[in-house]
Amino acid sequence: MKVKITVNGMLYNKHIPNDMMLLDFLRKYGYVSVKRGCDTSNCGLCTVWVEGKPVLSCSYPAARADGKNITTLEGVKEEAASFGRYMTAQGAEQCGYCSPGFIMAVLAMRRELTDPTEEEIAHYLAGNLCRCSGYAGQTRALRAWMHDKPWEKEVYA
Amino acid sequence: MYTIKTYVFPESLAEADELLQRDTRNTAVLGGCCWLKLGRRRIGRAIDLTRLGLDQIEVKDGWLELGACVTLRQLETHPELTCRFDNLLGQAVSHIVGVQFRNCATLGGSVFSRFGFSDVTCALLALDATVVLYRGGEVPLETFLGSPIAFDDILVKVRIKDDGRRAAYQSVRRSSTDFPILAAAVSCLEGKWKVSVGARPARAMLSAQAAACLEAGQGPAAAGEAAAHELTYGSDLRAGADYRRKLAAVLVRRAAQTCMEGNR
Amino acid sequence: MNLKFVNQPIPKLDGAALTGGKGVYTEDMVPRDCLVVQVLRSPHAHARIKSIRKDAASRVPGISCILTWEDVPQIRYTLAGQSYPEPSPYDRYILERTVRYVGDPVAIVAGRDKDCVARAMRMIQVKYEVLEPVLDFETALDNPVVVHPEEDWFHHYEDGGDPKRNLVCTGCDAHGDVEEALAQCDVVVDQTYYTKANAQAMMETFRTYTYLDHNRRLNVVTSTQVPFHCRRTIAHALGLPKGMVRVVKPRIGGGFGAKQTLVSELFPALVTLRTSKPAKIIYTRKESFQASNSRHQTRVHVRVGAMKDGTIKAVDMHALSNAGAYGEHATTTIGLVGHKSIPLYARQAAFRFSWDVVYTHTMAAGAYRGYGATQGCFAMESAVNELAEKLNMDPARLRLMNLPHVGENMAAYYNEPLTSCALPQCIETGMEMIGWKENYPSVRVDDHTVRGLGMAVTMQGSGISALDTASVTIKLNDDGYYTLMIGATDMGTGCDTILAQMAAEVLNCPMERITVDGVDTDHSPFDTGSYASSTTYVTGSAVVKACTELREKIAAEGARRLNIHPERAEFDGDTVFDRTHPETAITLDKLAQTLVAGVGPQWLTATASHCSPTSPPPFMAGFAQVEVDLETGVAKVVDYVGVVDCGTVVNKNLARVQAEGGIAQGIGMALLEDVNYDPKGQMVNSTFMTYKIPCRTDLPEIRVAFEESYEPNGPFGAKSIGEVVINTPSPAIAQAVYNATGVRVRSLPITAEKILMGME
Repeated sequence: MKVKITVNGMLYNKHIPNDMMLLDFLRKYGYVSVKRGCDTSNCGLCTVWVEGKPVLSCSYPAARADGKNITTLEGVKEEAASFGRYMTAQGAEQCGYCSPGFIMAVLAMRRELTDPTEEEIAHYLAGNLCRCSGYAGQTRALRAWMHDKPWEKEVYA
Repeated sequence: MYTIKTYVFPESLAEADELLQRDTRNTAVLGGCCWLKLGRRRIGRAIDLTRLGLDQIEVKDGWLELGACVTLRQLETHPELTCRFDNLLGQAVSHIVGVQFRNCATLGGSVFSRFGFSDVTCALLALDATVVLYRGGEVPLETFLGSPIAFDDILVKVRIKDDGRRAAYQSVRRSSTDFPILAAAVSCLEGKWKVSVGARPARAMLSAQAAACLEAGQGPAAAGEAAAHELTYGSDLRAGADYRRKLAAVLVRRAAQTCMEGNR
Repeated sequence: MNLKFVNQPIPKLDGAALTGGKGVYTEDMVPRDCLVVQVLRSPHAHARIKSIRKDAASRVPGISCILTWEDVPQIRYTLAGQSYPEPSPYDRYILERTVRYVGDPVAIVAGRDKDCVARAMRMIQVKYEVLEPVLDFETALDNPVVVHPEEDWFHHYEDGGDPKRNLVCTGCDAHGDVEEALAQCDVVVDQTYYTKANAQAMMETFRTYTYLDHNRRLNVVTSTQVPFHCRRTIAHALGLPKGMVRVVKPRIGGGFGAKQTLVSELFPALVTLRTSKPAKIIYTRKESFQASNSRHQTRVHVRVGAMKDGTIKAVDMHALSNAGAYGEHATTTIGLVGHKSIPLYARQAAFRFSWDVVYTHTMAAGAYRGYGATQGCFAMESAVNELAEKLNMDPARLRLMNLPHVGENMAAYYNEPLTSCALPQCIETGMEMIGWKENYPSVRVDDHTVRGLGMAVTMQGSGISALDTASVTIKLNDDGYYTLMIGATDMGTGCDTILAQMAAEVLNCPMERITVDGVDTDHSPFDTGSYASSTTYVTGSAVVKACTELREKIAAEGARRLNIHPERAEFDGDTVFDRTHPETAITLDKLAQTLVAGVGPQWLTATASHCSPTSPPPFMAGFAQVEVDLETGVAKVVDYVGVVDCGTVVNKNLARVQAEGGIAQGIGMALLEDVNYDPKGQMVNSTFMTYKIPCRTDLPEIRVAFEESYEPNGPFGAKSIGEVVINTPSPAIAQAVYNATGVRVRSLPITAEKILMGME
């Protein structure tokens, strides 16, 4: 079918297979930050935003994205890099395979929750699995980032 | 592996119904699609309801009306729901996988599929909830869950009586984002109780005897035992039947206790 | 020692690329016209293929080739990524007429896209003669059903195996008279423990793509921990000259040992050879769970005896390990069960460690972080905790009494000397951090909640003694920057970074002057690969050697340019100068330029290899506080403290995250991670929906501390960190659960159901 999908501000006017998932659409057009980690909607690696809300792109029909605005890590590059520096300062990215999906969830959380407690943060991010880190390094990175609030000072394109 | 031959966004429920009736066997009404790829299915026509405004939560005429496309995340965060029933629905869904998942998965998909492990149906069963079907009209949720899946019908919305009942939810999971090993939802309004037990692992059911215990003033522990004995429990890869039965007694008791404390 | 780079928390060199979502992993680099390869797998645990009809499937538009058992080389090989001659039996063909587990490959299908391949897969008609499987590893030995009856089964070593008995290997290692010693003990614990075939569950599944280059050499880009072993095994299994294969390792999305075995490589490789076209295979998560490799499922019987005062006088251990359908890593993981657990208590004890490893019709096991030591640790440490109770002693004190001493030989550890050990300090620090005095054995929280405390200690190795070999080349480029070339494989662990730290330390230059790249067998120096906790210790030593040599060469070459005696020349990292007349000097960038232009050129590189005769053990003490709901049996780890002695900590951040991650995996193993087969041999926990790894709300904020010893044989005093960190959670948590409930769970995982049902 024919769809008009806007990815990071760029409009894609494309014919797609009817059973294509958004993940495959995004990777096809070069958004390689979007990873697949499972077949059962459990891991969170493929997290992108649809109209600003984090969703599992592995389970979101590309057809359903017709007319919608999609954001991947590539679309919030600078803010992601800013948070990414907090991650790398802890070594918490490790293999990095879950990092893009995790960061998309973190940046969505920042927009959605005001002054969340640590428990609320953990709960919001529980859908992002990481096998390398045991999460503690991510928690330290989050704590420092939430404390510094770099988004209040930095300007992101 | 699944395939979809045609993908349509009907512009009205009537159109959706008309498309469905043409070939109920090869047509799928899509929900949140989280598990679409798990099935081996060749779908002739996929009907996407997301453009019909069914993602609304409304309060009217003493009822809460939740559209079929309301996401689990909406159930968790919508102010009209978090302030009602001691946030029963929010508590019930908040453990399900993750925010990304709950932003996709829908109320309609959860209720229509009647998964045994469903937290949503377990919680709704403890409320005075009905299901509105396009063809079948409004039926009590309990009746709906007990009847075979009508593949020629469309779940339009779920209605819950806005009666201010107290409620509580309890569940035990292996991992905190896993399906429940067992779940219990209890509600109470003016001395009338409802006790629902889910993930037995079969679908959630009401325990009339547990409710009767509570109404007779026999206390939460007796209600827990009643639920453990009245309902059947089975074994699967998450737990055995005997363990589930024990859990039922504990979780029902705890939920009932919480309700009572809330009432004081 | 005054260190500038080593012992510092330096961010990973690839951190910005990884967190920036750059296309640096195997799948991101696949050429566009790549054939899609998928494998049709056996639905039966044991069967013989009667016939395969593929004509109709071959005619599906877009299909390039369909290969079955008749189409593959009849060469037995092992997929284990180990030094040649591999200690794993050669018991595989790429495709075979007999299938030995649900998931064993039956046909390789390659086509233009995934849709045509999927269609063709459905159209292949396979007729099986379904045979009785042997699924229970406790009844596999001498079972009338034989997993490997074939005549061409081959093994390089004589280690007691007899495939006709389903026996991969058997053996015994002993010192002193154990039966006699046990008879004299005041107290003996005699128990049996079970661990499961856990999945490594790295986030990036197995994947490979292959193509022929302009020289018609087979290029294999793959997510592997062992590129050089990969090259050798691919050449062998495909019957190619080794020179015709090149393996490239990009960034890897985790391995944990899973990728120390070839899994996905041979399928696209064979397709590329047959079609001359590039080919790729991306494993689904389900395939990764049920058709790759896992930890060896193990039953460990322990008898440990002590005198009333707590002196351990006898340790007897028998381990039965389930190799599954193929023998990768089977004969070697089993050794670590005893060799990494018994030495902690064999100082004054007679010991005996005996073992049997058996074939069954379940998925082949392989390497998973800990590599047998984890299984041994659960059994041995649980038994010691039980012993402490019988002796009415504090388990920490019991351990402190019996630990090996630095300077002594460890009879139970291949008789290697103990050259560094801060385990006693690890125990003391951990007790302090967890609040041992206040919280042991348990504290009551409310009427139905109790918090129990438990502990365990462990050791691992640092590389395989006298076998693991690393080579490193360091090049001085024009402009004075360096290229560090390694064959060790960073799989997210950060070894590229820590090896660059060591190079910067020796060369006394900023990190920015050193570049490190992924591994390419055409360009990288030989390394056995990243496994057996070898990289920091073995490859690190090679880095120190090579960089020291280059430093000397730079000084000598500088002296030549300055026309001074070499002994007067000194290189401080930026400049070579005359020690007696420091104003006579040449800067490194100037020197580097003159070395590659004009008269008397001398491009400077240094290559060094390293192999360590011993494998100095890192140590760790782990402490768990577990809260148990006495009415539901639900156990939650509310605090976990790990105190590690990995020698000098090369990178504080990366070592800490290694430890935290290892502990998290250990907690998953202890509480959640279950692998079960149905009666027909189908794995039932083969997705993240059914095989639960810990998510962040399952874990406490794991706390890690370091007690640094100085290992004289290690680079800058370092030992390993990668594996030792996964071992302690299972026994520590089991003990904590016991202290909270009185229930001993000796069979992992420790589920709420086992706890509650055990309380009756």
